[in-house]
Amino acid sequence: MREELLAIVERNSRIDLKELAVILGVEEIDVVNELAVLEAEGIICGYHTMIDWEKTSIEKVSALIEVRVTPQRGQGFDKIAERIYKYSEVTSVYLISGGYDLLVTLEGKSLKEISGFVSDKLSTLDSVLSTATHFILKKYKDHGTILAKKYEDTREKVTP
Amino acid sequence: MKNMLSDKVIELKPSGIRKFFDIVSEMDDAISLGVGEPDFDTPWHIRDEGIYSLEKGRTFYTSNAGLKELKEEICNYTKRKQGITYDPTHEVLVTVGGSEAIDIGMRALLNPGDEVLIPQPSFVSYEPCAIMAGGVPVIIELKAENEFRLTAQELEDAITDKTKLLVLPFPNNPTGAIMERKDLEEVAEVIRKHDILVMSDEIYAELTYKEKHLSIVEIEGMQERTILINGFSKAFAMTGWRLGYACGPKAIIEQMLKLHQFAIMCAPTTSQYAAVEALRNGDEDVMEMKTAYNQRRRYLMNAFREMGLECFEPFGAFYVFPCIKEFGMTSEEFASRLLEQEKVAVVPGTAFGDCGEGYLRISYAYSLDNLKLAIGKLADFVQRLRDAQH
Repeated sequence: MREELLAIVERNSRIDLKELAVILGVEEIDVVNELAVLEAEGIICGYHTMIDWEKTSIEKVSALIEVRVTPQRGQGFDKIAERIYKYSEVTSVYLISGGYDLLVTLEGKSLKEISGFVSDKLSTLDSVLSTATHFILKKYKDHGTILAKKYEDTREKVTP
Repeated sequence: MKNMLSDKVIELKPSGIRKFFDIVSEMDDAISLGVGEPDFDTPWHIRDEGIYSLEKGRTFYTSNAGLKELKEEICNYTKRKQGITYDPTHEVLVTVGGSEAIDIGMRALLNPGDEVLIPQPSFVSYEPCAIMAGGVPVIIELKAENEFRLTAQELEDAITDKTKLLVLPFPNNPTGAIMERKDLEEVAEVIRKHDILVMSDEIYAELTYKEKHLSIVEIEGMQERTILINGFSKAFAMTGWRLGYACGPKAIIEQMLKLHQFAIMCAPTTSQYAAVEALRNGDEDVMEMKTAYNQRRRYLMNAFREMGLECFEPFGAFYVFPCIKEFGMTSEEFASRLLEQEKVAVVPGTAFGDCGEGYLRISYAYSLDNLKLAIGKLADFVQRLRDAQH
């Protein structure tokens, strides 16, 4: 049940527990317990809402920043990653294989705010060798959901 | 002009679904639960192969029986899924949907007067195809108390010395019924005893929610007397690509190939290239879709229980077949009134044979949100009918 449960709540964390039990073919109490276990084990880390900010009047700018760093003796990349992820404007930090080391995603109110963050805070960290900032112009698909267009049922209404 | 048309064609009953379709398509805002095809788009990697084949200019006929690679992949697939070996050169024919295979299969097998046993409720094509092939359809009425499975006794009772062929439509559209090992073994014994042929339409083989689907050809002595029909429509959500296939003994496939060659030439080339990709890399997509169907199936079963609507639990395809006999209406009346009052379209069970009277086919090839909306309306409707009865 675990894998199927995770697949469902990953897409819809607001699903009713009773309904979840029905579609999984188990008892509601089992779902409640399993979710509690998954939360306790840190497998389920949160229940977020996907928002297409574009459609609101609220200004948001997001960017991807490639960061090259010098790993530190005995601590590898963890220490520097931690220094970066503690900033609240940073939404994610990934260690990446290939041409650079850390991929940092950032959300801010304006281009200025983000460039300010990169030049004042990120680039000035001792272990940071270089950064390359890419601003996101448009989100087509995010977290497996297509934002650009709505699903439309184009099938014939009755078929054998 | 006199005698312009064929008497045989004129006498064919039009599909019961057609009439309903005409009413529903007039309504803009009807919510339909009447569709017999997946709601998923064909997985992108499969579509991509189709597009790629067009870009490369593979726009010619393939050989009549189908692309060699595709026939080989079909054989790998039946081996992988059912453990059955077919020879790709002589025992496989790629057709325009499973429907073409049904048609040419009947025409290849039947002589005038040969009886064809057709269990119903079932897909709408068997009976007219049997008639057009010169056969005489003999209907076996499946029963709710047997969960709409075919029993050995029912089969035995229907066999005469003119019986040539049994159509085996499982997993079943419209009932969702399946046949398990015991059922198949018992039926197979009767088939062997009377030495009849089988057309096993297993287009929903991938969509079973109990154990893995078992094909009649896996039962001893059956492969040599069975045309196995399958296709890409349901498993890979490829209805519009019109691609299916038949596997069977060389002697039968050879004759079917002649008909196919003269009527069709070959199945669509683009679809065939896409289908190769489906069989090579599509197992995961099938699993994902099947998981989603199963969740919806459970949702519906629960909804019917809560509604107090009698319904056996179906373990195949993507249909449920609830009973509405308690309301004292025909299936068609019920469906028409439901459409009129709640704008929810379902298909009357009678569209799939007279013995579908008293039942509805409800498809769960819809998103859960869509199902919830429609089932809510159905529940209101049922409640009103019950209130009026008291």
